[in-house]
Amino acid sequence: MRRTAAPRRWTGHSALRALVLAASALYFLLPLMAMLEFSTRGTTGRSLESWRAIGSTPAMLAGIRISLTQAVLTTALVLGLLVPTTAWVHLRVPQLRRAMELVCLLPLTIPAIVVVVGIADLYAWVTYLLGDSPLTLTFAYGVLALPYAFRAIDNGLSAMDLRTLAEAARSLGASWTTVLLRVMVPNLRVALVSAASLTMALVLGEFTLASLLNFDNLQVEINVIGKRDAGLSVAVALASMIFAFVVLFVLGFIGRRLPSTTSDDDVPAAVREEITS
Amino acid sequence: MAASNPVKGGRGGRRDRRARLGPAGHYLALAPFLVFVSVFLLYPTVVVVMGAFQDNGGHPTLSNLRAVTGSVYADAFVRSIELSAVTALVGAVLGALLSWAIAAAKPEGLVRRLVLAGCGVLAQFGGVTLAFAFIATVGVTGLATNLLRELFAIEPPRGGAWLFDMPGLMVVYTYFQIPLMVLVFLPAVEGLRPQWHEAVQSLGGSTWRYWRHVGGPVLSPAFLGATLLLFANAFSAYGTAAALVSQGSPIVPLQIRAFMTSEVITGQQNLGKALGLGMIVVVALFMGLYALLQRRTARWLR
Repeated sequence: MRRTAAPRRWTGHSALRALVLAASALYFLLPLMAMLEFSTRGTTGRSLESWRAIGSTPAMLAGIRISLTQAVLTTALVLGLLVPTTAWVHLRVPQLRRAMELVCLLPLTIPAIVVVVGIADLYAWVTYLLGDSPLTLTFAYGVLALPYAFRAIDNGLSAMDLRTLAEAARSLGASWTTVLLRVMVPNLRVALVSAASLTMALVLGEFTLASLLNFDNLQVEINVIGKRDAGLSVAVALASMIFAFVVLFVLGFIGRRLPSTTSDDDVPAAVREEITS
Repeated sequence: MAASNPVKGGRGGRRDRRARLGPAGHYLALAPFLVFVSVFLLYPTVVVVMGAFQDNGGHPTLSNLRAVTGSVYADAFVRSIELSAVTALVGAVLGALLSWAIAAAKPEGLVRRLVLAGCGVLAQFGGVTLAFAFIATVGVTGLATNLLRELFAIEPPRGGAWLFDMPGLMVVYTYFQIPLMVLVFLPAVEGLRPQWHEAVQSLGGSTWRYWRHVGGPVLSPAFLGATLLLFANAFSAYGTAAALVSQGSPIVPLQIRAFMTSEVITGQQNLGKALGLGMIVVVALFMGLYALLQRRTARWLR
């Protein structure tokens, strides 16, 4: 029996996709709507009391500042370490790729709650050497972000024809730095944005290490405040989610707005510039 | 370009150095990564693993492990595994479906951007925040609880306390597993080339045939890998449970919390390390399985 015509089947697919999207939107938005409703309850009717209290809670504002800084530092650390190393392994020592994958996925086998147990003594040294700042958590957070960032970058590198691109650039005289920054990074931008967003969201939401190593950050403050005032705490939680959402949303734009170098002539062009300069 | 014969002396200094470094140079480039990983990942791991086999005086012993395999802790492990398996499976299936729905949206379009940013927040931001989200939704005085009570006179089970125990953890964990599946699995779905579908169509194959013989087999390693990742994610999760469950320690991470914060049992801090080792073993089992699967199936992705 013949199939139905292609356009009609396509319409059926689109309807199914739309249905899945709509159901997901409902499912994921319900708790967020509930947070909005919960945080605007007053003694009589609606009230913005809980929301106003955020701005007048200095501990909360400090927590936000700390978590933001931690997020930026951790992203820089993870991308700075992983992009060159992973690319190098793909190109030059592919026999180590599985070993590197195992190491990078190791934090998945070592839950944050177990990392706390193992790292507590080490952090006595870290705070002794670098000071008692919550920003020192950057190193531990880098470990937590390793699997997600590695997977994104490794997938990105596997998806592109790295060897051909690198050899083309190298044969035209480009240095390894040029290959990395002007050939790989532009081709990896979706993977990099994905790695960066995962890392930032992970750090902004991190609670385990901070709370058990006695550092204050956003989530620790939310939990502490939540014990005093559920309304305020739900308001802060919703605000922080919206905030993280905006950060990730903007990051998505930045990632995709970089000059495109995916077309065929652009990569040699970038290399050509390097040669003539 | 690659100098197969090491050139000694001469004027091309940069090229010479690289040639002389040879394979050793290839490994030297990995040094920063290795140092970081050794200090902040491998050393803490060794501390946990060694500690699990030592008593308070540092002498080797098996008593920690013997204590941990006792009934209370074994029950916690079973509950942790149940929680992770159920939420990983449900999350993987629903997340794959959502990935498929999103993959058709314009890559630069608003829908895609909104969904991806939302998934990033819900998957990785989770923890404490999501605990409060569900307290506001299905807690004792949550929005959904109130609505059900007012409209249908339905009372929540156990007076709303179900949220603060295993059923609650199941619901909240699933909520953050689905977006993580989308983040991990969407790149694989996008890797399906439209040409493959067109090729199947031009040969008279149905959409079912395409998924059965092309799309499915190509995606299955990624799907399995992502499911194992979800399991590890749920098994390792702590924040949500810590914020929701204040009475008792039904799952392993909360048992460890009890060891780290309780003063009564400070004399036995290595029991916490033994619990940690137990968690590592369970998750490592899954990741080992994942590695085996990958090796068998990776060749289809090339």
